[in-house]
Amino acid sequence: MSLNYDLPDDAVMMRNTVREFAEGEIRPVAMELDQKAEFSPELTKKMGDLGLFGVFLPEKYGGAGLGYIPYIVAVEEISRVDGSQGATVAAHNSLGIGPIYYFGTEEQREKYLPQLTTGEKVWAFGLTEPDAGSDAGGTKTTAVKDGDEWVINGSKIFITNGSTPYSLGCTAQAVTGTRSDGKKEYTCFLVEQGTPGFKAETMHNKMMWRSSITSELYFDDCRVHESAMLGERGEGFHQMLDTLDKGRLSIGAMGLGCAQGALDLALKYTKQRKQFGKYISTFQVNAFKMADMFVEIENARNLLYKATWLYEQGRKEYKLWASMAKLHCSEVAYRCVNHAVQLHGGYGLMEENEVARLYRDQKLLEIGEGTSEILRWVIARRIGCYDV
Amino acid sequence: MNSIVCIKRVPETAEATLKIASDNRRLEEENLVFAINEADNYALEQALLLQEEFGGDITIVSVGPEKTDEIIRMALAKGATSAIRITPTDMAELDPFAVASLIANEVEDLDYDIIFTGCVASDDGFSQVGVTLAEILGIEHISMTIEMEAGEDGATVNRELEGGLMAKYDVKYPAVVTIQTGINEPRYASILGIKRASSKEIRVVDSVDIGGKRVNLEKIYFPPPGKMAEIIEGGPDAVAEKTCEILKSKGLL
Ligand SMILES: Cc1cc2nc3c(=O)[nH]c(=O)nc-3n(C[C@H](O)[C@H](O)[C@H](O)COP(=O)(O)OP(=O)(O)OC[C@H]3O[C@@H](n4cnc5c(N)ncnc54)[C@H](O)[C@@H]3O)c2cc1C
Repeated sequence: MSLNYDLPDDAVMMRNTVREFAEGEIRPVAMELDQKAEFSPELTKKMGDLGLFGVFLPEKYGGAGLGYIPYIVAVEEISRVDGSQGATVAAHNSLGIGPIYYFGTEEQREKYLPQLTTGEKVWAFGLTEPDAGSDAGGTKTTAVKDGDEWVINGSKIFITNGSTPYSLGCTAQAVTGTRSDGKKEYTCFLVEQGTPGFKAETMHNKMMWRSSITSELYFDDCRVHESAMLGERGEGFHQMLDTLDKGRLSIGAMGLGCAQGALDLALKYTKQRKQFGKYISTFQVNAFKMADMFVEIENARNLLYKATWLYEQGRKEYKLWASMAKLHCSEVAYRCVNHAVQLHGGYGLMEENEVARLYRDQKLLEIGEGTSEILRWVIARRIGCYDV
Repeated sequence: MNSIVCIKRVPETAEATLKIASDNRRLEEENLVFAINEADNYALEQALLLQEEFGGDITIVSVGPEKTDEIIRMALAKGATSAIRITPTDMAELDPFAVASLIANEVEDLDYDIIFTGCVASDDGFSQVGVTLAEILGIEHISMTIEMEAGEDGATVNRELEGGLMAKYDVKYPAVVTIQTGINEPRYASILGIKRASSKEIRVVDSVDIGGKRVNLEKIYFPPPGKMAEIIEGGPDAVAEKTCEILKSKGLL
């Protein structure tokens, strides 16, 4: 078979639909939601009605049964218009729905997934702790067995979708003992909202993703039945890493969408703004900037789609490509929003201009789900830098 | 109730920089974005609403090159049942009569109650395919529909006239109804619909010769620039006064 760069039909349809939806439903409200730092249940429901939650889930759980390429294209198109909604979609699919679907028992899948695909309920993924971010192995939350229950103690921070009024629960990673090789044993638990001892609080005053909810989770002698264990005891660390590997594809898509959104705004503005009697898009320094953005975006897109394709092919090396794609897409987004604001001049610094929001929203992409430094370290290790 | 919806792939020209190809009979397509003709999107929605109310199948018909499949698939994703694409040897050789003849040839043996088309195509602006199709098929038609209430054997439709008037008609099936924009709110294709669309059939009628053309396109061109706009100078009061004067002289005030 020859090399083929055409997207499959379902991904093309996905791009058409989600772009139309994002332009029609998200763009008109994005600025106001951002300014008020408001999570929108109406918009979340609309995204659910469209089918954005559970894109890759089989139909029997309420999903659309599509592959990862259309999913990634959907996240890209939402994020082209608004990072906050992109975050709600990416986090709920990759971090909320993903672990339950990939590692849950059939009973857990049937219990939760159909509720999580309608847009009425979201699920969070609790890994990061106040003292353990990049060093995810340093988490201190514990779970101790007591009869047929587990008692969880500890706290999580920066957890997307953890405390929306529509949060159904979270997946929490906890230390459950010591392995035979002396390392800590981690296990994940599905903790429902309303479980005694579990509290989720919204974190306020974010610079970016202001209409996505980020939460602190507290577990204070929180008891869950042993049937709430995700998969097997001791699989928690592997489950979290695997979730992050796939999640990086969707953060990459957010970076790609953000970069494209920035270029689109820059092109539109510079083709109508005149200085010195000429459209500013025709000054070579500006034109070349946008040409560079275009090239960088196309490169980032190819890298991300290749990583996603490798994943769909079931090839293990996708993990390395996902790390590269996440790193590259978020840094391309960094350069693109920077250029886009510059091209808008003073107007780009005003919050009534969308480009200012993209500029702020971009920054998270170099930090969440593996900072750029951690990703460089992952890549450097994989290419053998430390094998001396 | 079964319906047929005729859709056309057209370039989005509103914000694009247009270039005319060297044969002077078509646009350079390289930098254009194509989409479903706007009025056809409303026609499709009207068929989907009817399907929700009465059940039945929706067949999409489009005359166009292979790339037309992109808009056809979107229609299938929204809920249409199947599709026929007719590929002529050369699109620029087609006139409305030829298009209507090609469509009539494919649909005459189908089992349908209503054929929907958009009331006008945004690229050539003929507004003729729907009504010509009805004439060829020998069935009733109603054009420029802005409201529609469908029953089992016929429909009541409203057309908008000049001067704020409306006109109401009854049509019996089978009929062709051409639809105006604004009659409904076209839906987004759902993501589940996208999944389902991949197993739906697009039957391709390849490279057909065009019979019965009536008019011949000589060339498309940009008209020479007309008289420049009049720039009114002076302070706000003077500008307002002059503007009123002009509007009055044209009978607009
Ligand atoms: C809005 C938002 C949403 C989030 N959503 C979630 C979520 O849903 N679930 C979840 O579990 N987490 C979530 N996170 C947490 C996120 O994944 C972490 O913030 C991220 O992993 C970085 O951890 P940290 O903030 O503790 O920074 P640190 O790990 O303390 O890093 C600080 C700096 O030190 C650098 N650094 C650290 N270690 C090294 C090293 N070995 N070599 C070189 N440099 C190093 C980092 O690159 C960074 O620049 C979210 C964060 C935010 C801000």
